[in-house]
Amino acid sequence: MSLLIRNARVIDPASGLDGQRTLLIDGGRITALAETSAAFAADETIDAKGLWVFPGAVDLAACLREPGLDHKATLASETFAAAASGITTLCYQPEPNANFDNAAQVKLIHDLNRRAHYAHVEVLGNLTQGLKGEQLSNMASLKRAGCVGMSNGRQPFHSLQTLRRAMEYAATHDLTVFIYPLEHALAAGGFMHEGEVSARLGLPSMPSAAETVAVAQTLALASHTGAKVHFCRLSARLSVRLIRQAKESDLDITADVAAHQLFLTDMDVSDFNPLCHVMPPLRSARDLDALREGLADGTIDAICSDHQPHEVDAKLAPFQQTEPGISALETLLPLTLRLVEEGVLSLPEALRKITASPANIIGSEAGQISVGAPADLVLFDPAALWELDLNTMHSDGRNSPFGGWNFNGAVKRTLLAGKTVFSA
Amino acid sequence: MLHAHLSPGPLPSRMQLTKDGKLKHFLTIEGLPPLLLEEILDRAEQFVTLPNKQQKKAPLLRGKTVMNLFFENSTRTRVTFEIAAQRLGADVTNLDIRTSSASKGETLLDTVRNLEAMNADMFVVRHEHAGAAHFIARYCAPHISVLNAGDGRHSHPTQAMLDMFTIRQKKGSFQPLKVAIVGDVLHSRVARSQIHALTTLATGEVRVVAPKTLVPAGIEKMGVNVFHHMEQGIEDVDVVIMLRLQRERMQTALLPSEREFFKLYGLTEERLQLAKPDAIVMHPGPINRGVEIDSRVADGLQSVILEQVTNGIAVRMAVMSMIMGPQGGAA
Repeated sequence: MSLLIRNARVIDPASGLDGQRTLLIDGGRITALAETSAAFAADETIDAKGLWVFPGAVDLAACLREPGLDHKATLASETFAAAASGITTLCYQPEPNANFDNAAQVKLIHDLNRRAHYAHVEVLGNLTQGLKGEQLSNMASLKRAGCVGMSNGRQPFHSLQTLRRAMEYAATHDLTVFIYPLEHALAAGGFMHEGEVSARLGLPSMPSAAETVAVAQTLALASHTGAKVHFCRLSARLSVRLIRQAKESDLDITADVAAHQLFLTDMDVSDFNPLCHVMPPLRSARDLDALREGLADGTIDAICSDHQPHEVDAKLAPFQQTEPGISALETLLPLTLRLVEEGVLSLPEALRKITASPANIIGSEAGQISVGAPADLVLFDPAALWELDLNTMHSDGRNSPFGGWNFNGAVKRTLLAGKTVFSA
Repeated sequence: MLHAHLSPGPLPSRMQLTKDGKLKHFLTIEGLPPLLLEEILDRAEQFVTLPNKQQKKAPLLRGKTVMNLFFENSTRTRVTFEIAAQRLGADVTNLDIRTSSASKGETLLDTVRNLEAMNADMFVVRHEHAGAAHFIARYCAPHISVLNAGDGRHSHPTQAMLDMFTIRQKKGSFQPLKVAIVGDVLHSRVARSQIHALTTLATGEVRVVAPKTLVPAGIEKMGVNVFHHMEQGIEDVDVVIMLRLQRERMQTALLPSEREFFKLYGLTEERLQLAKPDAIVMHPGPINRGVEIDSRVADGLQSVILEQVTNGIAVRMAVMSMIMGPQGGAA
């Protein structure tokens, strides 16, 4: 079945293309990319006049909850929410309840996803067995099973020696290590950013140093081991500076930030709003500015959702008794595009942070529009206006602090390997 | 409407007042207008003489039911709330939740729903977590008022108001005063509420005196001057408020020892001489003699610690009657 998309503004940050093009899709891939005057015949033709077409987003961080926590969400519910939000590839982050020690567990995810198949789901394998931070996982077998990188999630390492060995062993197999920088001793017992708001609210807090200490240690080990390291979910100003310096010294590192960190600060916790309870915590306005600067100058490579859907009860308690996390798939693209409106990034740069750049980090061929590339595409109406209504979210988790926010531009249709998986 | 409760609620300070500015809940001092704080103090003035006249009751709350929900231990605070409510003619029920439902795994919201069904008019809440009273106020039935009797390290507004009452009784007005709050500010909900109350009432200078380990980062933004040395911190002040130091602070590496703390920050007669000659000494209690305060000071002429306790009843009567009495915020 072939598909022709005519008259679209095609934006592809990977190649720098931004112009009116006609796209021909066949066999799940892009088979032609031509001037609008070109004549093609296809089984289905879409006149995309007034619409943008760009690569489906690649989200480096989503907790999909299945198997194990399907009262919160399922693979089907969350991959559909992804498709409806212009995301075509999701990276499954290991967490204590759902992690990947062996090939069978990875295969289970791929099998579960094959049934619904609204989005590709990539898996980060355990860096240590059971995420316990003690013994190395079977990284080579996990790689063969399709894992795109190794991570210990948010779990601590038993010692720096374990981390060092894990990095060396991952480097042996040319695997990227995804590090969530957090010094647990400094973060222990904290529920929000340590600063003037925590001083006022009396909420137990964690300092920025809980992150920056871990960034500095990991950088030293990256330099020592030569491992490829991806830093997940930066939140602190000094972390951005440390990563910037390290990149200047040619370390093979990349970094991402969660979209909500670019729009919310600890001030948003002022009313004990449990929807703003998130890890790492929302930090100060100065941290937010530094994160935006880091994005603009390339220190931070990618923006991710850090999607963590919860059932209603998980957020229905005094702040520190609620579970951290935001249901964020549906705001990844809208918030990223808002950075363009606010003058932080150009449109292609913003799209690169959620397409080509994260695709590169996980070594995926997705995230670009070129002949031969997979036809994972978003048709986007830049003129649409909409408001996020928590009651009509696609995700099973309605725990978003962005309810009531207005956004410009909406996804009209999402293609996964040429097949329409969402249509508005 | 299914998920309406997921949208962020109003700030704690905003949900306390009715549209016409009356007190509906009492959760925190932060954000309350100075006139309202003065009204609490003025009204407490009327109640403070009553006990001397043979426990005369002022039955402003006849027919009302007050439930004391204490998720955390406290004898004195609970008892003063109980006496205050009884003197106003209300029915009082005490629930020690730690030994009942919460320990059986019932959620806070379920506990509240159950108590609502028993026709309560007011919940007096103490809870170990910051924001718990605010949470209950947000989700309980609209006819119920919530009075915060201490939530985590966040707020203890009636304690702060009884302290303000005591200061006003002894010193008259707040504008010319220098007030030092000494000790474990980091863990103290009392200190946070006192700071809000003192700054709202336009106190000349509010100081916080403690080692860096016991001062929360960013507290200057609350309008206080931070001192790390006791001698400088209490120099020339009119009011010294000592905070209780808990033993577990030594285990978490915040302080080396009680002895060193007393040596550096303990209030002795000698140190008290650095303050104004007529300075008063306050403490929210219970005091640790020889840890933050010397016995001779605690029992000395400048100490008003026991008067604070007495004033606590009048201030709590004032707040309860402003909420539930005739023309109150819940009326």
